[in-house]
Amino acid sequence: MSKYLLDKFLYTVDRDPDLVERYRSDPEGTVDWWESEMANSILNCHGGESSTWLSFTDDERRALVEQDHVTLFGMGAHPFLTLTLFIAMFERDHGPLEYQIAYGKAMEHLTLPYPDVAT
Amino acid sequence: MATVAAVIASTHHPFYLKASTATGADRPPFADEWQAKIEAFRETLTRAEPDVLVMVGSDHFHQLWLDNMPQFLVGKAPYFDANWYNEEREFGLPRMTLRGEEELSTHILRNGLDMDFDLAFSNELRIDHSITCPIITLRPQADLPIVPIYTNIFAPPLPQPKRFVQLGKAIREMVESWPSDQRVAIVGTGHLSLELGGPRQFGPHGPDPEFDRKAVEWIANGDLDGCLGEVSLDSLHAPGNATHGFMDFMLMMGVAGDGVKADYTDSLDLFHTMEAYFTWYPEGALT
Repeated sequence: MSKYLLDKFLYTVDRDPDLVERYRSDPEGTVDWWESEMANSILNCHGGESSTWLSFTDDERRALVEQDHVTLFGMGAHPFLTLTLFIAMFERDHGPLEYQIAYGKAMEHLTLPYPDVAT
Repeated sequence: MATVAAVIASTHHPFYLKASTATGADRPPFADEWQAKIEAFRETLTRAEPDVLVMVGSDHFHQLWLDNMPQFLVGKAPYFDANWYNEEREFGLPRMTLRGEEELSTHILRNGLDMDFDLAFSNELRIDHSITCPIITLRPQADLPIVPIYTNIFAPPLPQPKRFVQLGKAIREMVESWPSDQRVAIVGTGHLSLELGGPRQFGPHGPDPEFDRKAVEWIANGDLDGCLGEVSLDSLHAPGNATHGFMDFMLMMGVAGDGVKADYTDSLDLFHTMEAYFTWYPEGALT
């Protein structure tokens, strides 16, 4: 399991307006493309260099494809990253704060301690 | 030597600008009270007549990332661009450019290292809403040079709360030993109880009003013993999953001094989180 790679996905998609739209409209295609092309790129580094070892588990890939923020939270993905990206994708379909409140409500069965977000 | 003209600790709420500039049906019912409190708080900085601002905040995964994460970082650059695309998108925050005070950055980096704080530095730092929110609330003309100092309250493993307090004390000493005749305000922002991306987010109040009540008392009274006695990296999970941002308030308590009561205290119970505002005048209360 790689919390780091989940976070890296959320972080790199959130910071790119085109990727935000792509992930919203084509989650499966975006996750596939990202894992093969982006997962091993070292950010802020020589363009020609990359890592060799990063990939999602099946469960992680599925949670991202299904845009399942509750499962991502359970896996210890950083909640700030998930929330920020999901607001960018879905707030527009709802009234003021409606999406944020529903997002929390979907997790109301969760109790402390929350999953560890340390990477 | 430089004078510490004011020490200011505040929450940073990225929705303030949107709320305070909204009109008609878009203006939230709490906006008038919030704006009045912010304008009164702003006056506490204006009255101190600062020349330079040391700004303590925390990057929210904008420029600092998990492949290379500093615990404490000082910006040293002639300019700092500010706010990011996703803050414009979510909060409507404008792009800004602030001047830097490089001499003070250099002084803090050298002396901080010599005081056993292994400070990271950045010569090209784009700052985010943890620093621009207090610019918007306290100094909207954004006309003063700054020294940004970032802390890691976000990506564990985090430094211990006492380390934030120690760094705050050191920042106070370092500003006071800066060979300059300028007046420096030290401004830092953090959170009281806060939940982001978890089940307790965006409630009618902050997730833990009892923690908030105690926290405001600790800060207003400069009660470092009480605060350090109850707050640990583990305990901060209970009031809300983003409450480690309270450690930036603890840093500011270190700047203000052990047992030193705030000269100005205010708070506002908002949806989602409680706002809190504190000002100390080390030269004595200003008239």
